[in-house]
Amino acid sequence: MKIVNYLILTAFAGLMIFASMGMANRGDANAPMNREKSPIGSPGAAHYYIQNSKTDSYTDNMVTVILADWRGYDTLGEETVILTAGLICYLLLRKRKIPHDSER
Amino acid sequence: MTQKDNNPIISLTSRVVSPFIMLFALYVIFHGHYSPGGGFQGGTMLAAAVILVRLAAGREVSQLQFKKSWGTPVGSVGVFIYFFTGLVAMLMGGNYLDYGFLPLGTEPAVTRGWGILFIEIGVGLAVMGILVAIYDDLLEGDPQ
Amino acid sequence: MKIMEFILGHYGYWCAFILMMIGLYGMMMKKNLVKKLIGMNIFQVSIIIFYVGTGVKWGGTVPVLDPNISVANTANYFNPLPHCLMLTAIVVGVATTGVAFSLVISIYKRYNTLDEPELLERMKKDNEPDK
Repeated sequence: MKIVNYLILTAFAGLMIFASMGMANRGDANAPMNREKSPIGSPGAAHYYIQNSKTDSYTDNMVTVILADWRGYDTLGEETVILTAGLICYLLLRKRKIPHDSER
Repeated sequence: MTQKDNNPIISLTSRVVSPFIMLFALYVIFHGHYSPGGGFQGGTMLAAAVILVRLAAGREVSQLQFKKSWGTPVGSVGVFIYFFTGLVAMLMGGNYLDYGFLPLGTEPAVTRGWGILFIEIGVGLAVMGILVAIYDDLLEGDPQ
Repeated sequence: MKIMEFILGHYGYWCAFILMMIGLYGMMMKKNLVKKLIGMNIFQVSIIIFYVGTGVKWGGTVPVLDPNISVANTANYFNPLPHCLMLTAIVVGVATTGVAFSLVISIYKRYNTLDEPELLERMKKDNEPDK
């Protein structure tokens, strides 16, 4: 039974390494995600975000501007996730007022 | 966690150091514009300043700094600040969460900068409240 | 040499995959419930390291504007988009770990054990009471 588990681990590792062979070199400045236009002609997002962070929002930190201004909906959804997790922990672990009677 | 061997050095040091950690966390939140930082990072440091006193000085002493029942309301206030900023922008004529229409009276680029600051304060408060609430709930049934 | 260039360009990804395999080993092979949760946390961290490692550029700097380095040539700054997405992923990981630990505490209060085969035995005995 343990042999099957180890085989599954090795097969998964081999699959991930095979999938990473098609990726571009790490550190290449001309990779398809860093260019000005993507391979089908639509404008690339990272190029626009780097060049227009000071003129659109008067802010130096590009990551904060992306998180709060250009992609603000995702941050709102994520705050809701944090609030829901906190409420779940409170509802699961509070003390009950009615004592449990397991056998009557 | 037994309270019989309570070390006075650790208890006193944690109580003295905790306000300075909170001050540095406020600096990280407000300087999210000019250096690496922002709402999430500052909120986690604020929660660390409160949990340090809870770990080192016991449960009765730390209720003086941040009560146990304040955790979830502070988190809800943070989410409400975020939501309210988006609603104000929509009532003034723009889309939802479009900070160029906030009624602050400066040119549009600087108004977006101020909108980002309000958002980060809301996120920091929410993260702090919920992390302290999770810690308190996990330790509720601990007989002391 | 093309093989050398290929290995130098890809070894960062393989290190993240080794960490992912360690996390998966912990989730599958250990019998304690808390050890499985630690394995899940290691798995999430490996994914974050992999994503942030895809956005680097040789000869660039952090994505915070510097007045001396011009922004007209975008090969000077790292790609800021994976950094932003992974901030969300870190916080989701914290929330998942919090909820998982509160579930483990509820299970311990009810069945009084943290070992997985023992737990399955007690649940089976609970569903069919002895006659």
